[in-house]
Amino acid sequence: MIRPLDSASSSPLHFFGYFLDHRSEDLGWLWDHTWLSVVPVVVGLALALPLGWLARRYQWIYPPMMSITGLLYTIPSIALFVLIPPVLGMDPLNPLQVPIALSLYSTALLVRVVADGLGAVSEETVQAATALGYRPVGRFFRVELPIAVPVITAGLRVAIVANVSIVAVAGTIGMDNLGRLFDQGFTLSVSQPYYPPIVLGIVLCVLLALVLDLLVVLVSRMLTPWRRAVPS
Amino acid sequence: MAPGGALVIGDVVGWLTDPAHWQSTPFDTGILGQLGAHVWFCLIALVIALVISLPLGLWIGHTGKATWLVTVANAVRALPTVGVLVLLVVIIAPNFYGRTNAGYLIPTEIVLVLLAVPPILSNAYAGVQNVSPAVRDAAFGMGMTGPQVLLRVELPNALPLIFSGFRSATLQVIATATIASYVTLGGLGRFIYDGLAQQDYPQMISGGLLVAALALAADLLLALAQRYTVSRGITGRAGRQAGSDSRVAVLNEELASETA
Repeated sequence: MIRPLDSASSSPLHFFGYFLDHRSEDLGWLWDHTWLSVVPVVVGLALALPLGWLARRYQWIYPPMMSITGLLYTIPSIALFVLIPPVLGMDPLNPLQVPIALSLYSTALLVRVVADGLGAVSEETVQAATALGYRPVGRFFRVELPIAVPVITAGLRVAIVANVSIVAVAGTIGMDNLGRLFDQGFTLSVSQPYYPPIVLGIVLCVLLALVLDLLVVLVSRMLTPWRRAVPS
Repeated sequence: MAPGGALVIGDVVGWLTDPAHWQSTPFDTGILGQLGAHVWFCLIALVIALVISLPLGLWIGHTGKATWLVTVANAVRALPTVGVLVLLVVIIAPNFYGRTNAGYLIPTEIVLVLLAVPPILSNAYAGVQNVSPAVRDAAFGMGMTGPQVLLRVELPNALPLIFSGFRSATLQVIATATIASYVTLGGLGRFIYDGLAQQDYPQMISGGLLVAALALAADLLLALAQRYTVSRGITGRAGRQAGSDSRVAVLNEELASETA
């Protein structure tokens, strides 16, 4: 029972060959997966900065805001995907439901991080900045926000790595991204196991998560040059 | 709001209130049956994960040994859950051709346990780590032995963080058990994937609502359990200051243990 050709091509290690054979399709899904992971985090950060500032500036907003964002984070991703279109009055399968759902998750996660990061800025620092003549807006962007960057970075890393995993879930309901490779592998394995697309999907997802995580760390390092000058 | 949206919401209410969808028939498992299956899958995974990771996390936090295990467990989170699930199903399922669903159940449970271990382990570890050295020294100074300090001082103090880890593990397990329906297992996810396959969108959206409701109910239940098991001396809820949110309580505990 030796079937060299068959066993070679369905071997898990054949994933690179599979990638070469389906280059354009796989690269398209990699691109979809990348923007679906990154754009929601950018949107989430853009929304979380003012919301987190509000929660810090007006203390009474903090508890209810944390309850709402915690509630949002409780809803499983696949449920949020299918619930967004009816709530917004869109088609049941609208490709926008995935980035909208992920933006909500990212915002929910980052609001808490931004609020806590701003809260960690010491009162002496804020008073010193005020004494130097900073107005509230300038002080926020040039003093409080830069000091909060390391805490916010930690939140961004969690959000972006989680997104890479959640985007793949959307592949199971037919959305184009690396999750489709798992769908392909599952469909092709009906009669006998066919590993290459599944292994390729896992490898590309992990690589994407690592690269995006590294990018966040690099940007954070660029934004906080003083941390290298004075080791904390 | 677009009229199409209102129409869909009416259809969803209609689907959910149809008694035929709640009862199981020989051909079709109803909502109650799938809910039971979903809860069952989750309970198995959570119990296994708790038995593995809670003692381990407490031990790592107490002794300070093998902290690399926490790092490894956290690195597992970068894996795409769906991919690992499909891979394990493809590897394991062919060995179980027959009448049982063990070929799908076993890989699903492996993935669910893999997901539940990191948050429980790292929070149990962090919870014990965060207990202030003064409290720990006082306990030893009173003549407590190592295990006594762990069980009577460190564990109660770590309980808020342990609960938040277990709650996040529960939510991830419920969410991922839904995706297990994609690999033909039962559970509430069946309605989502069947509705999708049959283009029966009220069924699909109802499935989403049921899953979300289950997750919220489970989280609420655990929040209540946390309220009644965590010592009031730790949450700062002693007497008059009742009714604070559990998440805030956890945060207060973290802050208190840092500044103490």
